Amino acid sequence: MKKIIKYVIIDILRNKIVLAYTAFLLLISITIFNLEDNSAKGLLSLLNIILIIVPLVSMLFPAIYVYNSSEFLELLVSQPLKRKTIWLSLFLGLAASMAFAFFIGAGIPILLYEATPTGFMMLGAGLLLSVIFVAIAMLAAVMARDKAKGIGVVVLLWLYFSIIFDGLILFVLFQFADYPLEKIMVGAVAFNPIDLSRILILLKMDVSALMGYTGAIFKDFFGAQTGLILSFAVLFTWIIIPAWLSLRKFNHKDL
Amino acid sequence: MIIASNVSKKFGKLKTLDDVSVTCLKGECIALIGPNGCGKTTLIKSILGMVVCDSGFITFNGNNIRHDWKYRARIGYMPQIGRYPENMTIGQVLDMMKDIRGCKNENLDEELISKFGLNDVLKKRMSTLSGGTRQKVSAALAFLFNPEVLILDEPTAGLDPVSSEMLKAKIITEKNKGKLVLITSHILSELDDLISQVIYMQDGRICFHKSITNLQQETGETKLSKAIAHVMLKR
Repeated sequence: MKKIIKYVIIDILRNKIVLAYTAFLLLISITIFNLEDNSAKGLLSLLNIILIIVPLVSMLFPAIYVYNSSEFLELLVSQPLKRKTIWLSLFLGLAASMAFAFFIGAGIPILLYEATPTGFMMLGAGLLLSVIFVAIAMLAAVMARDKAKGIGVVVLLWLYFSIIFDGLILFVLFQFADYPLEKIMVGAVAFNPIDLSRILILLKMDVSALMGYTGAIFKDFFGAQTGLILSFAVLFTWIIIPAWLSLRKFNHKDL
Repeated sequence: MIIASNVSKKFGKLKTLDDVSVTCLKGECIALIGPNGCGKTTLIKSILGMVVCDSGFITFNGNNIRHDWKYRARIGYMPQIGRYPENMTIGQVLDMMKDIRGCKNENLDEELISKFGLNDVLKKRMSTLSGGTRQKVSAALAFLFNPEVLILDEPTAGLDPVSSEMLKAKIITEKNKGKLVLITSHILSELDDLISQVIYMQDGRICFHKSITNLQQETGETKLSKAIAHVMLKR
């Protein structure tokens, strides 16, 4: 398993896209922290950018990578290796590269400028989001045989998680404004890892005071120890379930 | 050594393998022939576990291959179209395969690498290679680990006459060592001095599985191509 992870990571580094992504994140983070006089404000601006870019790159790059390494997978499958080993190595290699890129690109500036609990929460959420979207992208790539279809699905999923889901939530909120929906909203957030991370980070900031009654309910739930543990459990489930489904699919795939 | 029992495989509506049963024993050299799209490559890929069959099972030395993966260490496979990571060099691909198989250097059979002159082009990237050179890499990899079973899918397609003769000579030496060799090819004339058995497939079914001497006696022809033509005309 270690050997294959090694070859995957060497190949990804040779690809230079991940290096460019790291440099891009680094540039954005440092610029933002230097633009704002208050680094807590900088963190808020960075949050919005990261929650758009990290899922997009962490889904597109792995999906394209899986399609482009179909030859490599074919070669490995005809060798004395378990399919499980091959697929998990690919997943771990990709997840490690994306998480490491995030750590270098955004994590180090955060630690340098804003090493507070909010900063650490953002670092943890960013790392988890990187891995979650690698798992989702690999599931999409193993389900769709056609490359264009697979990448299209990935882009749609990204749109869903970053824009459409919020739209749906807003729609429901306005339509049922007369009913008490606050508790249901807490549950609904579990279906979108991006929103969950956003809330976890926002609640660590002072701006959470501006969020009104729903914000108070959120603070009550996510601020408490159990809520925090539960949220991270949900985020880990977002890694495990797609990864497990894709592994099951890959075990029966014809190459 | 390899026994396939009632193997069926469908791709969509198309039945690529339909209730195929074959037995391949040690020391045999079997030609798998048939028209395009009759399921030869699918049969080979299911033996290697690259295609998962819908029903039936395949055993290797008595173990069902579905729950086993170590058996692939004993097979050398040369694919019809060798596909390798495009941005690796020949040397890196060879080293990677050695690393993955975890082989010690003394057990390696590097005869084909040196005969094909691959040592001089180790630095070339796979994406810049011609079809023939790719084929040479595939052949060299199939023989590299001294496997007990050799599965060669159209081994001489795209090779120049000299290399093709080298490969044939190599196949004969390996066969004489008592290895099982499974070859598919459309050039029947080049199979004449290699094989001991013939499997003829059509539309995903096996039409016959005979030894070459049997086939020659039945048809009265000495050349494989004529013998097969004779059988096909009778049908």
